[in-house]
Amino acid sequence: MSRRIDPAGFSRISRRELFKLAPVAALGAFAIPAVQEKLLGWGLGFSDWMSAGLFRQGHMATVFADSDLAPFEKFPINGYDVDDPGVDLENWTLAVSGAVKKPGEYTLSQIQALPRLRQNTRHICVEGWNVIGRFGGARLSDFLNMIGADPAARVVAVSCADDYYESIDMATARHPQTLLCYEMYDRPLTREHGAPLRLNIPTKIGYKQAKYLTDLKVTNLLEKVGYWEDQGYSSFYGL
Amino acid sequence: MSTTAVDIVLNSGKDESGNDIALPVATAVYEHPLAVRICHWLNAVSLFVMVGSGLQIFRAFPSFGAKIPQHDLMDWPKSLAIGGWLGGALQWHLTFMWIYIGTGVVYLGYQIFSGNYRQVLFVKRDLPGVWPMIRHYFLFGPKPPQQEAYNPLQKHAYTTVICLGVLSVLTGLAIWKPIQFNWLVWLMGGFTLARVWHFAVMWAMIGFVFGHLVMVALHGWRNFVSMLTGWKKDAVRL
Repeated sequence: MSRRIDPAGFSRISRRELFKLAPVAALGAFAIPAVQEKLLGWGLGFSDWMSAGLFRQGHMATVFADSDLAPFEKFPINGYDVDDPGVDLENWTLAVSGAVKKPGEYTLSQIQALPRLRQNTRHICVEGWNVIGRFGGARLSDFLNMIGADPAARVVAVSCADDYYESIDMATARHPQTLLCYEMYDRPLTREHGAPLRLNIPTKIGYKQAKYLTDLKVTNLLEKVGYWEDQGYSSFYGL
Repeated sequence: MSTTAVDIVLNSGKDESGNDIALPVATAVYEHPLAVRICHWLNAVSLFVMVGSGLQIFRAFPSFGAKIPQHDLMDWPKSLAIGGWLGGALQWHLTFMWIYIGTGVVYLGYQIFSGNYRQVLFVKRDLPGVWPMIRHYFLFGPKPPQQEAYNPLQKHAYTTVICLGVLSVLTGLAIWKPIQFNWLVWLMGGFTLARVWHFAVMWAMIGFVFGHLVMVALHGWRNFVSMLTGWKKDAVRL
């Protein structure tokens, strides 16, 4: 079935069809420097929103056999600044503040008195490498119960001896594999791995798992999200 | 669009008695519906951004082995990557992946529900036509007669690249959410391998795009125009 038209008529319908592609040109907005940052911020924010929606507290990170472990010497240290910020391990305490019933200074032995969990889990770096390591510590959820954290609070924020800082959503903080980690490979944390206390969160990317913890705050409001997040990394980055 | 073909005519001919008559100079076929054309160009842009930002992400750890000791596979040039640094590249990647996925879903949905998929889906019936086309393209064989918009080799290429597109999303999901989609990671043989597949699928798609652009450059002007306007002009008759 065909109809007959003259060349001008054909040009007309061709032009009309071409103009219908105009919506594609909207992508050109990404090339405009003034709006590019905002658009990418929205995109990242949407990804984080989707990530939080995909997160399930019942989804466990795979736990590996001892034979799958990387040797301790091959577990990367990867601090952002100095490997050893010179923590005074003798007098170290964790300062707890925010929406908690029992704020104050907590000693390592108080944290070690909580049930200990040891797990072989995969540590994934945002750069792309991954390593299976053995971590031991107290469940963060047990600690949050001990300090009487407000169940409605949305965020757990930590800061570190080396000026690094991080924050995690409460759903992840309460995940049964999220640890206040004081052991690696069944030995006390070494200084370069974050002694005396670090986060081990198998359901999060590496940069969220802060080392050398000094402060922990339960809160709803954040002035800063995290060291890397405030430079443009994803805030949620759940795995 | 109610008609699928037109005869383009010039009112310049004369019949035997000297009267003006309309002589066809060309025919044109409406080959690409608007949905397909929009998806094609959205995909062209988003694939470009996904590959460019993906290579910048790769630059952060250009290896598929251990971190200690690290053996780099290659030093991909920064000038051929998008985002400037890892954080910037991740912003581009995590933004455009939604456009990429959305385009793919709309495209597949449209093709399936409109029946237009028959234009590009390689089926068993296309098998016998593959070898004659290869002979024509690469061994200077005669050009086989063509009844459809695409020859069997083209259909094979388009069907393959659509599968690669789906795989690029699945392998990407496995890397981005290896715990929430741990079954995908399992299917791909583990996290480290999933990253290898994601990388391999990208190169396969780059390979397709290279061939696609060569074909367009060689004899694709009318095809190129039809992906813009929908209408493909056929051989001039006068």
